[in-house]
Amino acid sequence: MNIVVCIKQVPDTTEIKINPVTGTLIRDGVPSIMNPDDKGGLEMALRLKDKYGANVTVITMGPPQADLILREAFAMGVDRAILLTDRKFAGADTLATSNALAGALRTLEWDLVITGRQAIDGDTAQVGPQIAEHLDVPQVSYVCGLELEKGGKSFRVTKETEDGVQILEARMPCLLTVLASAVKPRYMNVPGIVAAYNKQVEIWGADKIDVDESKLGLKGSPTKVLKAFTKGLKAPGELFEVEPEEAVGIIISRLKEKFII
Amino acid sequence: MINKNDYKNVYVFAEQRGGVIQPVALELIAKARDLAEALGEKVVAILAGYNVEHLIQPLFEYGADEVVITDHVELKDYLTEQYAQAVSQIIDAVRPNIVLFGATTIGRDLAPRLSARLATGLTADCTKLEISEDKQLMMTRPAFGGNLMATIMCTEHRPQMSTVRPGVMPKRDPEPGRKGSIVRFETKFDTSKIRVKLIEEIKEEKNKVDITEAKILVSGGRGVGCKEGFAKLQELADILGAEVSASRAMVDAGIMPHDRQVGQTGKTVRPDLYIALGISGAIQHLAGMEESGFILAVNKDKFAPIFNVSDIGIVGDVNKIVPLLAERLRKEMQK
Amino acid sequence: MNFKLTPTQSLFRQMIREFAEKEVKPLAAEIDEQERFPIETVQKMAPLGLFGIPLPVEYGGAGGDNIMYTIAVEELSRVCATTGVVLSAHTSLCLAPIFENGTEEQKKKYLPKLASGEWLGAFGLTEPNAGTDASAQQTTAVLDGDEWVLNGNKIFITNAGHAHVYVIFAMTDKSLKNKGISAFIVEAGTPGFEIGKKELKMGIRGSATAELIFSDCRIPKGNLLGKVGGGFGIAMKTLDGGRIGIASQALGIAQGALDETVKYTMERKQFGKSISQFQNTQFQMADLKTRVEAARLLVRSAAFKKDCKEPYSADAAMAKLFAAETAMEVTTKAVQFHGGYGYTREYPVERMMRDAKITEIYEGTSEVQRMVIAASMFKK
Repeated sequence: MNIVVCIKQVPDTTEIKINPVTGTLIRDGVPSIMNPDDKGGLEMALRLKDKYGANVTVITMGPPQADLILREAFAMGVDRAILLTDRKFAGADTLATSNALAGALRTLEWDLVITGRQAIDGDTAQVGPQIAEHLDVPQVSYVCGLELEKGGKSFRVTKETEDGVQILEARMPCLLTVLASAVKPRYMNVPGIVAAYNKQVEIWGADKIDVDESKLGLKGSPTKVLKAFTKGLKAPGELFEVEPEEAVGIIISRLKEKFII
Repeated sequence: MINKNDYKNVYVFAEQRGGVIQPVALELIAKARDLAEALGEKVVAILAGYNVEHLIQPLFEYGADEVVITDHVELKDYLTEQYAQAVSQIIDAVRPNIVLFGATTIGRDLAPRLSARLATGLTADCTKLEISEDKQLMMTRPAFGGNLMATIMCTEHRPQMSTVRPGVMPKRDPEPGRKGSIVRFETKFDTSKIRVKLIEEIKEEKNKVDITEAKILVSGGRGVGCKEGFAKLQELADILGAEVSASRAMVDAGIMPHDRQVGQTGKTVRPDLYIALGISGAIQHLAGMEESGFILAVNKDKFAPIFNVSDIGIVGDVNKIVPLLAERLRKEMQK
Repeated sequence: MNFKLTPTQSLFRQMIREFAEKEVKPLAAEIDEQERFPIETVQKMAPLGLFGIPLPVEYGGAGGDNIMYTIAVEELSRVCATTGVVLSAHTSLCLAPIFENGTEEQKKKYLPKLASGEWLGAFGLTEPNAGTDASAQQTTAVLDGDEWVLNGNKIFITNAGHAHVYVIFAMTDKSLKNKGISAFIVEAGTPGFEIGKKELKMGIRGSATAELIFSDCRIPKGNLLGKVGGGFGIAMKTLDGGRIGIASQALGIAQGALDETVKYTMERKQFGKSISQFQNTQFQMADLKTRVEAARLLVRSAAFKKDCKEPYSADAAMAKLFAAETAMEVTTKAVQFHGGYGYTREYPVERMMRDAKITEIYEGTSEVQRMVIAASMFKK
């Protein structure tokens, strides 16, 4: 079985803070990590490898620094790592990103593509299903469990929904988007770490992949960011010393203002 | 290049599960009304399912001008490909200006598949939708773990599509008897593309005790004081769809279990709304909750440190305020 | 000259820090409170290759270097000094002397299982009357046919009872003093070898520290490590390496206390502002950070020399002396900054201060380190 896992390097958004004076994001010193859902997906792939034997390839699109998460993947046990990096990929929205990844996947052999459900910097959950559509394969998103069916031609997939779980059977080849909470990812192991930098990360530009260049990067992105802004500084809170009835009225009106209720 | 004028009207994917319309569909119809009015267009609901005829009338009553229904046994349960075929065929036929989906596990599965099939843009998890002066859709969403807001547009492609967070857009009051037009659409299923089968669905009574996942937390401290007090907090939480958490003092006293403790030695939480009731705000507690989106604190002591981090602080007795608040909220939520 | 970690070392640091934060930190208070050996952590560390970091791959090691090993002990000790010393005693005091002094047969027998963590290692030199003066050994080993017969007691032995392999020192010829000491490999379960009284300690309370009792304990002749009479040299060389491990442990404790204090002083408000805004806090903390960084440079420099196969005995002594005293100073001030809370078990600095003290004592007291350093200066 050949498995390709799409992973992304993201800033650890739990470490991002707002500058209390300017109200802007402090990105300095925020560590870059392998996106948690992607890491869950990678773990699922490695478990299939442990159980049934499989060739696991990781692929990421990003700047040259994204090499780090590919080394991490090597140290966790993947067989092959590809870095898609090219100025032509820059400024991509989810659709253009999915076009680039699908373009790379067209040149590879695989029975299963795994992506994380969503990345913690964008939280869109769109790239996985978009790749599946480009490649004309079925998708199951929000996957929390995965077993190979007898016969080895399909997977039994557990999908999390708001109401519980669905058990689905997905025929190969297919694409699954995985939840970080589904599995606890393994740690890198020390021999793997020692070997990681002796392995070859393949660096692919736009010329190496099978996709029309007009579908890549800024050009290939139907959505554009008009503006980005922080929610602003936390104003000093208001304090009310009033009768309970009045206090409750104030609470209700403030919660409504904030669309909380 | 497409001719944008060929694309008209604001469409809402009217999500239903097992014949029950989902609240987010009604929220989206209400928002779609605002957008449609700003554009001088109609609100159209796309209703896909099996034996869902009875859902048409409520869609009108909540604000749809038209319902496009596709009713077929293939659409009995939500499955990506069947629904993608149905909705993409409808979109190809009707050419919407805007299509909105709920950011649910269904909407977030279907909408990106469609966006790739239709080669148009999609903005995820929006919390605000507006029409610009040049009649474009402006979609605002949080990013970077909620630290940053971004406003996104899709100017050259149609339809303009977005998924919208459930619970963000207020519903309209229904207008009983309101009428609209019905379009019946027959989806032509390409069964060769159907490669995923539903084996079974296991519904779970979700026993959520993971307070770090809760959007709203009702948290109690010494001022609540006893099990009976926490029962009152639970009532309040039920009304809000919230979880109950507690300060260390209450956990140490055995009144609340440890998995509900917020703070240095408990859990760090970041809900949209944190209601601190009778919690003075010891430093170790603040460390676990001060990143919450909006903090409401009630405490007798006006110098309690919790008021340094709260957005609204009420100086008063929680035992008096909680029942009153529960009563008012119950009325509000029924509206 | 390059002070930066290599990409491999830096990737390793990422892994061990994550492991420490997620697997080790949550248990730290509990194992201290219950004085319980963290066996579950050892079981998690084993498959990751953490018990054979600097050992070559041919003996089942990870093929890493001593810098990586110091990083491992530092990061584990940053959250739990007990876990740090479990790894340090195993690696520096058992794996290393067998690798450095063992016959090919001994290496093949013991190293792969030690490196995989299947077997944990320990080291027995100290006796009731032979602490700093190791030459006062009372334990004896007598050759009887094809077996050595050991008699005597060892005390304060780290990993005692949990280790499978013990490197033990005994007198083979009392008249020769230092030159009469030999080293042996003793396996747990050998008849005549028992674990005695477990010590109740001030700090590193999860670490198993106990007495080893040898009464007519017969081990195969082939379990002699190195030459007859070569034990003192093996012990001293082993302790040089061990000091890098303990220096790393002290460094980790200091860093952990510093991190906790930065966090606390930013959160804690007095007189209307966070205590981190007071100049007294800032100046003291600046001094502490400077000391911690200096300790780190000494630790890494000693490990680097060991990796380069250069003499590092005085470097290891300086690293241990300075890191241990730094750990004691930082943790004491950390408790002070935490005020009343710092004296309670609500915050980890209380434990850190108790844990720090041992680093000034074991594997050579600070006084011994000064002797080693001075000896390197005044040799003729």
